[in-house]
Amino acid sequence: MKVINQVKLEMLNDSKNEAFARVVAASFAAQADVTLEEISDIKTAVSEAVTNAIVHGYSNSVGYVGLDCKLMDAENPLLPVRVLEIEIRDNGRGISDIARARQPLFTTQPELERSGMGFTVMETFMDEVIVDSSPGQGTKVILRKEIGAAGKLPKKSVKSGVDAGSEAGGIDD
Amino acid sequence: MLNLYRKGAMLVVRLEGELDHHSVADIRVEIDEALEENLPEILIFDLANVSFMDSSGIGMIIGRYRQMQEQGGRVGFVGINQKIDKLMQVSGLLKIIPIIEGSEADESNKPSQTGNA
Ligand SMILES: Nc1ncnc2c1ncn2[C@@H]1O[C@H](COP(=O)(O)OP(=O)(O)O)[C@@H](O)[C@H]1O
Ligand SMILES: [Mg+2]
Repeated sequence: MKVINQVKLEMLNDSKNEAFARVVAASFAAQADVTLEEISDIKTAVSEAVTNAIVHGYSNSVGYVGLDCKLMDAENPLLPVRVLEIEIRDNGRGISDIARARQPLFTTQPELERSGMGFTVMETFMDEVIVDSSPGQGTKVILRKEIGAAGKLPKKSVKSGVDAGSEAGGIDD
Repeated sequence: MLNLYRKGAMLVVRLEGELDHHSVADIRVEIDEALEENLPEILIFDLANVSFMDSSGIGMIIGRYRQMQEQGGRVGFVGINQKIDKLMQVSGLLKIIPIIEGSEADESNKPSQTGNA
């Protein structure tokens, strides 16, 4: 894939930067031919990943959250597809069991009223979510969305957390 | 930003703007203070003017829902708008918290019209 444009940014882990990161990602995405719904999806997914870096990665320590936005040409001769790739990085505590962390309703911070739905939201709102992390090594989350392929690819169905929730012990009725 | 007002047995929380981890911190404190003061039977979240919400907003709402449940109270939504609908679907919140018709919420303010008018 050919990189068309790229923006790199480092932010202090101040929770005010959650809104800032969303605006940056939305503005960057606006140069591609995105729909309002796609912009809203991108903002939500970026908000989840940046919040995780601040809340879980650094919790009480000070550090930087990296935001790297890339617009790429998929070089698909049949479809004029562009791929928006957003990487969110922290040098915080890292994740020991990534598969478990990605489960709907799983959270290590229930006392902070975390819902455990962050990764589920990222996965539902983006086309691809890659998580690279290990304890003490920080966390890198890559969010990808195909732009311009809407309607040509099978739509993802929206699954809800409560359905998957019984065994994870999340939301009770 | 939020606006709180009492309507009979209900406490209505009208939320405005962006609901994320940052903004939810103050909102949570204000709602909890109002809950303690008013001890409402029903807590209504009016989300009509919410322009953005992520799972931190979901967590805050679930927290208030649990609190109301412990006191035997109920929770309802009004004003689920298009900007937050997808998130509400994914979270499964709409399966445990019902959407109340706007007019229904208005009616129960009038003492003469409570019940099944
Ligand atoms: N950047 C990160 N650094 C360390 N741990 C993380 C990070 N992101 C996510 N996690 C872990 O994955 C879990 C699930 O994340 P998420 O689905 O966003 O739910 P929540 O944020 O509500 O806990 C978190 O509770 C945390 O244990
Ligand atoms: Mg999260």
